[in-house]
Amino acid sequence: MLILAIDTSAVASAALVSDDAPEGVLASFSTEDTRSHAEVLAPGIDALLADAGITGSDIDAIVTGVGPGPFTGLRSGIATARTLAYVWGKPLYGMMSLDAMALEVAESTSAVPEFLVATDARRKEVYWARYSLADGQLPRLVDGPHVGFAADLPDLPAYGAGAGIYEDVLRADPDFSSEQPDALYLGQFALARLAAGEQLLDSTPLYLRESDAQVPGPRKRAL
Amino acid sequence: MNRTQPLVLGIESSCDETGVGIVRGTALLSNTVSSSMDEHVRFGGVIPEIASRAHLDAFVPTLQEALADAGVTLDDVDAIAVTSGPGLAGALMVGVCAAKALAVATGKPLYAINHLVAHVGVGLLQPDDGGPRPFTGSSPENASPANPLPENLGALLVSGGHTEILRIRSITDDVELLGSTIDDAAGEAYDKVARLLGLGYPGGPAIDKLARTGNAKAIRFPRGLTQPKYMGTAEEPGPHRYDWSFSGLKTAVARCVEQFEARGEEVPVADIAAAFQEAVVDVITSKAVLACKENGITELLLGGGVAANSRLRQLTEQRCSAAGIRLTVPPLELCTDNGAMVAALGAQLVMAGIDPSGIGFAPDSSMPVTTVSA
Ligand SMILES: [Zn+2]
Repeated sequence: MLILAIDTSAVASAALVSDDAPEGVLASFSTEDTRSHAEVLAPGIDALLADAGITGSDIDAIVTGVGPGPFTGLRSGIATARTLAYVWGKPLYGMMSLDAMALEVAESTSAVPEFLVATDARRKEVYWARYSLADGQLPRLVDGPHVGFAADLPDLPAYGAGAGIYEDVLRADPDFSSEQPDALYLGQFALARLAAGEQLLDSTPLYLRESDAQVPGPRKRAL
Repeated sequence: MNRTQPLVLGIESSCDETGVGIVRGTALLSNTVSSSMDEHVRFGGVIPEIASRAHLDAFVPTLQEALADAGVTLDDVDAIAVTSGPGLAGALMVGVCAAKALAVATGKPLYAINHLVAHVGVGLLQPDDGGPRPFTGSSPENASPANPLPENLGALLVSGGHTEILRIRSITDDVELLGSTIDDAAGEAYDKVARLLGLGYPGGPAIDKLARTGNAKAIRFPRGLTQPKYMGTAEEPGPHRYDWSFSGLKTAVARCVEQFEARGEEVPVADIAAAFQEAVVDVITSKAVLACKENGITELLLGGGVAANSRLRQLTEQRCSAAGIRLTVPPLELCTDNGAMVAALGAQLVMAGIDPSGIGFAPDSSMPVTTVSA
C-alpha cells in the first residue's frame, strides 16, 4: 500500500510511505518555517512525486493531518489533500497531527511509558495530548488533543516544540524541543494502523478553538 | 494548450463566496457559487475565520457542481485560474492551495489572477451564454485579437470589500488604479449603518429598500474627501481627487441617531437610510464620472455586489449618459464575487499568450491592480 501523507499543522510536510519500501518511506520533505505553506506545499508534493517517479494513479490513499494547529496553515494541507483525493479518486483519511510526534518519540531512545506531546498554539498556549506506550506497540492516545496553558498540563515528560517553548514549566525533552509534527511519521503511523485494521479519522479539521468573532451587543442608546 | 478557445476553470475565495466557474474562450459554461453569508449575519459583517472554514468545506462540492453544470471533465480543461489577491488572507489561502493541488493532480497550467481585474473580465463574456452585453468596441470586426477591449475603458467596482475606479488599457497587462476608498468599502459602510439603524445584515438591500420610503433631503450627510484641499483641480489634482472615504459618514449617521434619541424623538430611520444612501451614491458617482471625464474614459463597467443597489445604478446611468459615457452593468450574478470572472480573465491571459504563474506563488492580500497575474 502506497500512501501520500500531508501535514501542515506546524511546518509544511509531505511523504510517500509504503509497506513495500525499506523503513516504509519512499521520499519526504518538510519545511523549517511555519508560515509559507501556500507557497511551498504544492511544489514540494509535485517534486516528491516526480523524483519518486510516481503518479496519482499509483497512490492507494491520501492521509492528511487534521491538527490541531494554527488554522490558516492547517487548512492549506487539508485543502490540498481533499483536492488531490477528489481528482485522483482515492480514499482520504485524517490523522490527528500530534500522533506524528508520538510515533517519533516511540521510535526514539528517549521513549517512556507515559508522555505528552505539545506544539505551539500561539497566544501563550499549547496544543497537547497524552500518550501511553507499551513495549513493541504503537503509542496510544489516552487524552486530548486539547489547547491550554503549559502550566496546566499533567506532570509528565513532554516532547515537541510546544514543550521547548515552555521548558521552564514543562519536563521538556531537549532532543525534541524544536520538533514539529511531520508527515513522514504521520504516514507511517497511518500505514501501521490501517494494516492493523483500525479506523482512521475523516479529514475534518480539529480547530479546538472557535473563531474569534464576537456577536455585537445591542447599541447603547443615547438616553 | 488550446490558445484560441481555451477551456478555463476559475476559482474564487477572496471573501465569503466560494466560486468555481468554467468558460470556453469568451463563452460562459458554468458559474457555481457557495456563500457563507448566512453564517456572518449574527455578527453584522464578514468574519474572516468563519469564511475560511466555509471555503475549506465548500470547495470540492462547488468544483464538482461546476464541472457537472458545464458538462466537462477536468481532462478537458486547458488551464486553471485562481484569485490570488486582493482579499482576506486566510480565505485566499484556501482557494490558492486547492487550485495548486488541482494543478499538481491534473498537470494543467495555473494562472494566479487579480480579483479586481477579474471583475472587469466578466465584461468580455458573450451575451448569448448568459453574459452581459459586450463592450461596443469588442465587436469582432473592429476588435484587435491582442486586445478585445474598447479603447478608453474604465471600471467602477463597488462591493463590501472594495470601492475602486480603474482604467483598463489592456486587460492582460495594463490596468491603472485611478482612485479607491481610503478606509471602509462602500458595502462595509452600508453594513455598519444598517447595524446602527437596526436593519440587519447585509445592510445594502435593507437600506436600499427602506430608503425608497424616506426623504433623502431631510438630512444632509457629508461627502468624504470632496473639499478643495483633497480635490485640487484637473491640472493640479489634490491628494484624493478620485478617492473616497466612508468612515466619517458612518460617524455622522451615528451622531445623527444619537441626537434624535437624546431629544427623546423618534429616529426617522427611513429618512436617515435615504439620506445616507444618497450621500454614498452621490459621492461615488460624481467622483467616478469626474475620473472618467478627466482620463478620457468613454466606456464604464459597473461591477461588485453594490451594483445591485437601485439608486447606485440609477444615478450612475444618469450621470454617465449626461457625460457621454456608455455604461455596462453585467447581470448581478456576475457582478458579485464568482469563479466565472476568474475563468474569464484566465481565458484572456491564455489567448494573449501570457505564461502561466506556476505553483510557487504566494497569495497576496493587497495585490495591486497593476499585477494582473502573478
Ligand atoms: Zn469582488
